[in-house]
Amino acid sequence: MSKPRLVLIGNGMAGVRTVEELLKIKPDHYDITIFGAEPHPNYNRILLSPVLAGEMTVQEIVLNELDWYKENGIKLHTGKQIAKIDRVKRKVIAEDGTEEEYDRLLVATGSTPFMLPIPGNDLPGVIGYRDIKDTDEMIEAAKLHKHAVVIGGGLLGLEAANGLKLRGMDVTVVHIGPWLLERQLDEVAGKMLQKSLEDKGLKFLLQKQTEALIQGESGRVAAIRFKDGMQIPADLVVMAAGIRPNYALAESSGIYCNRGIVVNDTMQTYDPKVYAVGECVSHRGIAYGLVAPLFEQAKVAANHLAGYGIGRYTGSVTSTKLKVTGIDLFSAGNYMGGEGTEEIVLNDPYGGVYKKLVIKDNKLVGGVMYGDTADGPWYFQLLKDGRDIHDIRDQLIFGQSLVGDVGHAGKSKAADMPDSAEVCGCNGITKGVIVQAIKAKGLFTLDEVKKHTKAASSCGSCAGLVEQILASTIGGAYTPAASDKKPVCGCTDHSHKMVREAILDQHLTNKEAVFKALEWKTPNGCDKCRPAINYYLISTWPHEANDDPQSRFINERSHANIQKDGTYSVVPRMWGGLTTPNELRAIADAAEKYNVPTVKVTGGQRIDLLGVKKEDLPAMWADLNAAGMVSGHAYGKSIRTVKTCVGAEHCRFGTQLAMSMGVKLEKMLFDMYAPHKVKLAVSGCPRNCAEAGIKDVGIIGVDSGYEIYIAGNGGIKTEVAQFLCKVNSDEDVMEYSGAFLQLYRLEGWYLERTCHYLERVGMDYVKGKILEDEEGRKALYAALLDSLKDAKDPWATSREPEAIKQFIPIVPVAV
Amino acid sequence: MNNWKLICPLEDIPQLGSRIVRPATGGDIAIFRTSDDEVFAMHDKCPHKGGPLSQGIVHGKRVTCPLHGWNIGLDDGHAVAPDVGSCTKFQVKVEAGQVYLSV
Ligand code: SRM
Ligand SMILES: Cc1cc2nc3c(=O)[nH]c(=O)nc-3n(C[C@H](O)[C@H](O)[C@H](O)COP(=O)(O)OP(=O)(O)OC[C@H]3O[C@@H](n4cnc5c(N)ncnc54)[C@H](O)[C@@H]3O)c2cc1C
Ligand code: SF4
Ligand code: FES
Repeated sequence: MSKPRLVLIGNGMAGVRTVEELLKIKPDHYDITIFGAEPHPNYNRILLSPVLAGEMTVQEIVLNELDWYKENGIKLHTGKQIAKIDRVKRKVIAEDGTEEEYDRLLVATGSTPFMLPIPGNDLPGVIGYRDIKDTDEMIEAAKLHKHAVVIGGGLLGLEAANGLKLRGMDVTVVHIGPWLLERQLDEVAGKMLQKSLEDKGLKFLLQKQTEALIQGESGRVAAIRFKDGMQIPADLVVMAAGIRPNYALAESSGIYCNRGIVVNDTMQTYDPKVYAVGECVSHRGIAYGLVAPLFEQAKVAANHLAGYGIGRYTGSVTSTKLKVTGIDLFSAGNYMGGEGTEEIVLNDPYGGVYKKLVIKDNKLVGGVMYGDTADGPWYFQLLKDGRDIHDIRDQLIFGQSLVGDVGHAGKSKAADMPDSAEVCGCNGITKGVIVQAIKAKGLFTLDEVKKHTKAASSCGSCAGLVEQILASTIGGAYTPAASDKKPVCGCTDHSHKMVREAILDQHLTNKEAVFKALEWKTPNGCDKCRPAINYYLISTWPHEANDDPQSRFINERSHANIQKDGTYSVVPRMWGGLTTPNELRAIADAAEKYNVPTVKVTGGQRIDLLGVKKEDLPAMWADLNAAGMVSGHAYGKSIRTVKTCVGAEHCRFGTQLAMSMGVKLEKMLFDMYAPHKVKLAVSGCPRNCAEAGIKDVGIIGVDSGYEIYIAGNGGIKTEVAQFLCKVNSDEDVMEYSGAFLQLYRLEGWYLERTCHYLERVGMDYVKGKILEDEEGRKALYAALLDSLKDAKDPWATSREPEAIKQFIPIVPVAV
Repeated sequence: MNNWKLICPLEDIPQLGSRIVRPATGGDIAIFRTSDDEVFAMHDKCPHKGGPLSQGIVHGKRVTCPLHGWNIGLDDGHAVAPDVGSCTKFQVKVEAGQVYLSV
């Protein structure tokens, strides 16, 4: 049986992306034919700016080589413009007469530069800035001519001007507005930008209206004249005064258009057999001119073309970045403000920094940054998440580091970094390598960068920096998804939030049920989603859902930490950091008996036996169990340690019995799994020798009771714990801490530490659940105790007959 | 030449899991079992930095190395792009519920 035929008009970024998405989810479904008016395979249009600036070559920006089309069985017609769509006979006809029939048609014809309707706009030497041909023409002109004029002081115009200047031309930017980028920047910032560009050698004529372009003796344009009579030489005129969606072809075939091809939320036009994506489209009255929203459209269109019928495109918030090397400008969302909005502005003309944040109903709705864009991605994420910012409002404008999120993510500014600077400390990846990969391989998302360079794929602390590098390299093409919409992994489009909700609402109790209910794309998930799902199942349905060892990372399967040489480390629990001579003797004996090469005191107040062979683990555990010790869970997304100081038991300043409180907490939480690891500390007085200020739950004894702090972190993202409340008794410490941890266990997303969880939901929310709702708090606490009621020591259970097999290597037997 | 060796009952390898086989000649071999009971074997050494693949998470016909997360195809022993490298494969078969390995 022959396959249905899909024809794509427009071999550009949005259309080909749709085909790629389609091939990903349903390969071999269609016979695909693509028509492109340009004589090239699909290339990365946004990188035409670096090509013009001489930083890249055309060859480097190709996204899909001709081989890609071949390998995927796609018939490609380059250099063929479609002249007519015959919707009755369901075929398209190219200008040269080539015809192709379709069952489904995808229109992605992009847009064309708007040419000002003035005399001389069709002279040789007057061009728009849209494709390789235009870019080549500019490069050629720069070799032969001197004077260039760019009409339009928007992002595109400035990038064109910068490129031409770098090519040695004398460039003047003509702009009708009172300052540059007047839609993005206010006057002060616009002038700052103009000054930096003037320092690069560009000239500006503002508030000038062009009247005519004047022909020279050669027949080529030679000058430009303004309404006020002024005239300047111009051998090349680049019109960058806006774009016009290309919808004439669709409209002439009778498809409903209104300043763009009108589509619904499934990217379907009024003719159900015809879909459209990209700049040619008008969706809910908006035509987008940036890549990120077009890629979202592509995903939705692909899903519907594949016949799955899931997913809607509901519009996008966009962000842009000026791609001129050395100039940092970032804007996102509704940066203009308007009815009901408030603005926070930071303006430091001397330091060259301008920031404006637009706020509406306690949420960030837009922003512009100039000079210091390090926090751009962070603001954009807050904006997309719709996070209530009133608790951080007074610090917001100063950026993420002042709000508390330090760590190495926020420290450096991507744009200022030299190419040789190391970005990812874990994998030794430099900025240069990342930029190169983004450009050469056409990467658009953090995940793609992770995959291709390994940057940010280990500890993840440099993810923010990588996002900045992405943003500065590809401009507005980079858009992070809202946190609660980010897919868990490549196996699904569902987010952590949706998976958690489905498990709860549909009472799913095993992974197969989850895969089925949520239409997983892979038969049994991957190393990213399986551990997450396993955790969600056992935390949502304790005593009901069975733990699946094969869905756990090896450390949690073998109850020890795997090392770089494949051996393991063993950390016995020392409740509250306390031990006894007897325990120490047993540890010493085990170390000798199993030839442990390294014995180390950990940062968590206990002892680590490093370098144990896997097959020795069960016997070693048996010895340690015999001396009364149990697993320290130093390997798990689970309770780790409760660090204590000596407290009122011994210390002259102690106000509370810190050791005893710590031991009680640790016993209560034994074997508690969580979205990520959980660490507590109890200090006997505010001198805080147990460092309670950087723990997931930190308890500080004071004269009249205990102060409870939550969501601190001493790891990748150093974060000071926040004050939750003060309580008077040990029982209350257990109840409040337990309730908070249970809330996190039920609502945290896998691999989210408490500090990330709190950043996402906000302190007010947690206070509402723990402090203001007594019944709710008690219920959470009871649920925690219930789910831990039959906790067993994994070192004992993993010696049972079925579980012990993994530790025993098999010796082959001759047959 | 018949060099098949008896390893263990299929049941002794968990679905989506693995066991280590240690031949007298040395060189651990990892045997994997997929969710539909296909069985594969290769050197227990990741082409990246020698991580023990037997300790990884198995999904589809792939295993993710526990050390730095490379994915290795079980059927061809090749690292999944963008990573490059490969791992020596061994023949395995299941007969009457018993797993045999050719070494
Ligand atoms: C053994 C120990 C270092 C030491 O010798 O002191 C250690 C060792 C490891 N830490 Fe740690 N951490 C150790 C205390 C800490 C501390 C200090 C503390 O607990 O007081 C921190 C900062 C506090 C915190 O977590 O907020 C710490 C923050 C991390 C992080 C960053 C976590 C984060 O969310 O930012 C990781 C990476 C991760 O978990 O993803 C990590 C991961 C690791 C791993 C498990 C790396 C890995 O995945 O293989 C290391 C295992 C080494 C091995 O081969 O056995 N380790 N690690 C400490 C064990 C404490 C214990 O008794 O359980
Ligand atoms: C210099 C420059 C810099 C940019 N910088 C950025 C940036 O930093 N960030 C960002 O997000 N966006 C940027 N953009 C915008 C971005 O490139 C576009 O949003 C994106 O390419 C639009 O994709 P599309 O598929 O809708 O259109 P296109 O990529 O233009 O593809 C449409 C294709 O259809 C072809 N076509 C049209 N009509 C027909 C027909 N009748 N028959 C056959 N083929 C036809 C066209 O020739 C074209 O190749 C930039 C654009 C330019 C020009
Ligand atoms: S023990 Fe912790 S800090 Fe040290 S190398 Fe390992 S992960 Fe890094
Ligand atoms: S050793 Fe396997 S991924 Fe590094």
